[in-house]
Amino acid sequence: MLGKTAGSLFWMARYLERSENNARLIDAGFRIALTRSSTAQAEWRSVLVTAGQDQLFRDAHGEDYSSSRVVDFMLRDPANPSSILSVVKHARDNARTARTYLTREVWEAVNTSWMTLCADLKRQVREDDLPDTLTTIRQQSAQVRGAFAGTMLRNDGYNFARLGTFLERADNTARILDVKYYLLLPSVAHIGTSIDNVQWETILRSVSAHRAYRWLYGAEISALKIAEFLILYRQLPRSLAFCCDKMNSNLGWLHRSYDEEPEAARMASSMCRDRLSRPIQAIFDAGLHEYITEFLSANAALARQIERDFRFVE
Amino acid sequence: MLRRKGQRISFFDEMTGHGGDTRPPYRDFCDWFEAEDVARIQRKAQQAEAFFRTTGITFNVYGADDADERLIPFDVVPRIIAASEWRRLSRGIEQRVRALNAFLHDIYHRQEILRAGRVPVELIARNEAFLPMMMGMDPPGGVYTHISGIDIVRTGANEFYVLEDNARTPSGVSYMLENRETMLQMFPELFAKIDICEVSDYPLNLLKSLAACAPPACGGTPTVAVLTPGIHNSAYFEHSFLADQMGAELVEGHDLRVVAGRVAMRTTRGYTPIDVLYRRVDDDFLDPLNFRPDSMLGVPGIWDVYRAGGITIANAPGTGIADDKALYSYMPDIIEFYTGEKALLPNVPTWRCSDPEHLREVLDKLPELVVKEVHGSGGYGMLVGPAASKKDIAAFRKKLEANPGNYIAQPTLSLSTVPIFTKAGLAPRHVDLRPFVLMSPQGIRITPGGLTRVAMTKGSLVVNSSQGGGTKDTWVLED
Repeated sequence: MLGKTAGSLFWMARYLERSENNARLIDAGFRIALTRSSTAQAEWRSVLVTAGQDQLFRDAHGEDYSSSRVVDFMLRDPANPSSILSVVKHARDNARTARTYLTREVWEAVNTSWMTLCADLKRQVREDDLPDTLTTIRQQSAQVRGAFAGTMLRNDGYNFARLGTFLERADNTARILDVKYYLLLPSVAHIGTSIDNVQWETILRSVSAHRAYRWLYGAEISALKIAEFLILYRQLPRSLAFCCDKMNSNLGWLHRSYDEEPEAARMASSMCRDRLSRPIQAIFDAGLHEYITEFLSANAALARQIERDFRFVE
Repeated sequence: MLRRKGQRISFFDEMTGHGGDTRPPYRDFCDWFEAEDVARIQRKAQQAEAFFRTTGITFNVYGADDADERLIPFDVVPRIIAASEWRRLSRGIEQRVRALNAFLHDIYHRQEILRAGRVPVELIARNEAFLPMMMGMDPPGGVYTHISGIDIVRTGANEFYVLEDNARTPSGVSYMLENRETMLQMFPELFAKIDICEVSDYPLNLLKSLAACAPPACGGTPTVAVLTPGIHNSAYFEHSFLADQMGAELVEGHDLRVVAGRVAMRTTRGYTPIDVLYRRVDDDFLDPLNFRPDSMLGVPGIWDVYRAGGITIANAPGTGIADDKALYSYMPDIIEFYTGEKALLPNVPTWRCSDPEHLREVLDKLPELVVKEVHGSGGYGMLVGPAASKKDIAAFRKKLEANPGNYIAQPTLSLSTVPIFTKAGLAPRHVDLRPFVLMSPQGIRITPGGLTRVAMTKGSLVVNSSQGGGTKDTWVLED
């Protein structure tokens, strides 16, 4: 297949994943802002930092982190290249470029999702309509995923798109940890401050895992467990370990179908081996923040290597 | 609602003649229609629109914001052609395409037709579409016009005219295919009841036809690719549709480069040679080294590969001279010159404004005529005399006097009508027809029917989609 097409599939999947992740971040931010009006502005700011949109937001709106401003900026501001509307448009443009590699079902799901969002986000979303709108965004994204899983040939194109999904998702989970890592530092717990349940829940909600956590760990909420859950727990589809396993297997597939081993495949397997096969205590001992920073840059390097190995651009 | 008996209409209506009984090809359809619930058809028509939107069958309007992808209106009433009518048409079309191809070969070789004085030399020499670089060049398989679209209009029960030859990159075939698909989804019962010729094998035939023109350098199964200017081009949907349906790669200029004497595309595994390039970019943009240096759409050096037999370009560069509107007026002579037969399908009488006598005649009766730019297309820059205001005509007169060689004029034809479905029932609208013709060393293949374009506005004669025209499914009945 064309390198450009492979790149378009990769980016289509990244953008679709990003729109869903950002919807989830907005949802979590909205919830905490409602319940804690005193720290609402700080919470919104951390949502923007996590989504990588804080600088852009401040350039446009200064320090006014009000719910309506932030939500509107993240949902539909055309000047914000990471707003959900912009991101879904990018996803659709990439799908159009890669149209010949998509099934009719996938293309129509992407196109419908764009048309639906254009209609729903035409005007500023009222606060009481926000949960519905966010649900729609998640549903649209589920439809694309369903069409993709149900109709795509399991060929290179499929693997490139999957790589995009997991790379973006790992990036997102790592960013959430990066912004909130201080809540997870054992020193905080050790000092004996009461555990901030609402904050924990926000983190877990941002990855749609608050119920899963309860099932797995019961009522025991601890920094160590949450970090372990989000970083190392291989059954959680948004954990770093899960995403890396998947990338490793997608790249393994590509390795088997191509003559030589792509450098990216070597990088992914070393990520799995070196970063995700040690106990959580060891990660904490070596420094959680440093660990996450390193993970983010390794993930970004992997993205660049994939682009090079498979000739996405000249 | 269907018929308006006793009220003779001046245009030929393909369903009712001049307002009389239903003509035979439409009878089965009309029986079905009269038994149908109008509200149901209306509902289906709305579904069709939603279907076109989700499928992304849109076109971009140049100059408009790209969020502004438009739908071409689709009308649910089919345009129906009897088997005998189609036989006659397809014979005429085949003859014409054969002549066009022979003409192109001659112009780029011995130029017999010019020596014989049947076509004036200036018409070629001063033609911007003429490519001197094509002189003496033999395109693989001897084919110039791999894909052509011959625009046909009807003015009476037995009167058909060729309005225009499209020998560069005729578009619209994806609409022909999607219109049929839409009708099949909406009214499957009609297809069970009426025997209609298939059109769905067009992409496969296109692939076979292109593959049959593979260049000498091709070893094994030919690799076919479609070259598009990109997602912002107005016909991008069609480019991706055809590539998808053929199972061919859809490439842009920046995916290609010349590697070891072949044009190759950048794949995830490295550069892979292309044998046949179905290009949907103009000649000028093909090769920045040999043509327009500012072109970002083409492939530097493709021309040299082409000359060396390393790639087939479809349609061949330089075919544009054959769809020039000034040359059009010579088509009856051209057909006779190369086939030894009279043209089976007549031309519309045409005044060449470059000729002072013709020009005088044209200026005299400008309000009755249609005047077109020689190199124009898409319905831009033309004057429809009877529909124009005095002011428009006066302005056009100035343009015409200033540069007469740039124009041709034709009588305003009484284009046939076919009813469209409106809230108030069926209403006649003017139509034309673009059949699509494939040519390869194995022969000429014409898809039964083609694209029917319809002027959605009452009384309008302009069917171009850029001017608000719509489309219809076109049925050729089986014998």
